[in-house]
Amino acid sequence: MNLILGWLRAFGRFWYGFIVGDDWTLAATVVVALVATWWLHTAGIAAWWVVPFAAAGALGVSLGRAGA
Amino acid sequence: MGDTSVFVVAFLGAAVEVIEMAIIVVGVGTIRGWRSTWLGAGAGLGVLAALVVALGTALQAVPIDLLRLLIGALLLIFGLQWLRKGIQRVSANGLRGMGRRDATAESIPASGVDWTAFVLAFKGVLLEGLEVAFIVISVGLAAQALSIAALAAALAFVVIVGAGLLARRWVERVPRSALQLVVGTLLSSFGTFWSVQGLGVSWPGNDLAILLLVGWYLLTAVAGIELVRLHARRPTLEKVPL
Repeated sequence: MNLILGWLRAFGRFWYGFIVGDDWTLAATVVVALVATWWLHTAGIAAWWVVPFAAAGALGVSLGRAGA
Repeated sequence: MGDTSVFVVAFLGAAVEVIEMAIIVVGVGTIRGWRSTWLGAGAGLGVLAALVVALGTALQAVPIDLLRLLIGALLLIFGLQWLRKGIQRVSANGLRGMGRRDATAESIPASGVDWTAFVLAFKGVLLEGLEVAFIVISVGLAAQALSIAALAAALAFVVIVGAGLLARRWVERVPRSALQLVVGTLLSSFGTFWSVQGLGVSWPGNDLAILLLVGWYLLTAVAGIELVRLHARRPTLEKVPL
């Protein structure tokens, strides 16, 4: 049982590290930007620009923080 | 999205991971011997193939818009991480190859299976292969061209592994940092396009918007490289007496 749990934890860690990686704020920004896009879209406002701008901004902040 | 775009993205994305896979397998094989290394690599490929078939079949039953939203978001998050790493590596080292990963030369059994070589090759192939599978399934399903994406990844595998076996030093010199930057740009662009499209939002210019997104993320990468270099230079400048 412990062996399976350990394997599952390692498997989860692998995928977290692979997709989310060193900075979780990039993933959080993408999720928030998509929610904002959906909200603006349902309000009838053109919202295709939200994700590209949010992603570029989050990347800049993340790089700045890593280099600070 | 055209089949050519799917092919290029899947080929380049797979190539980055297959380069790592080839370096691990060639490195382990050279140091520990080839028999057990091939056994480990073969076992890794077998497990990987079973996982890809199971995952690909299961995901084909999901509605396309939901799939595009989820896969697009995952690709974008993953692409931004690669872009971040690519920017940091290019800023620090410029364009250069992967380099060799040395295995520790311990006692190698004269007969039977060398489990060190087996496990190293198995893990290398399975872990790097899972990353290839993620790219193939994501790009292939979101563009509804899974067979094209799989073909591109298979071709990347054959080309890189063949080159790895024939010209090991050439594979080590492939500028992986730049390749990671380019693939990060492409994955972020397609991830952005699909995730927003999955929400029901139309892109101005439809598929042409992908080209603009590629340009946008390339500009972001160039700005990012400058930002990191500026941060790296700042302590040196502060030490200079006025």
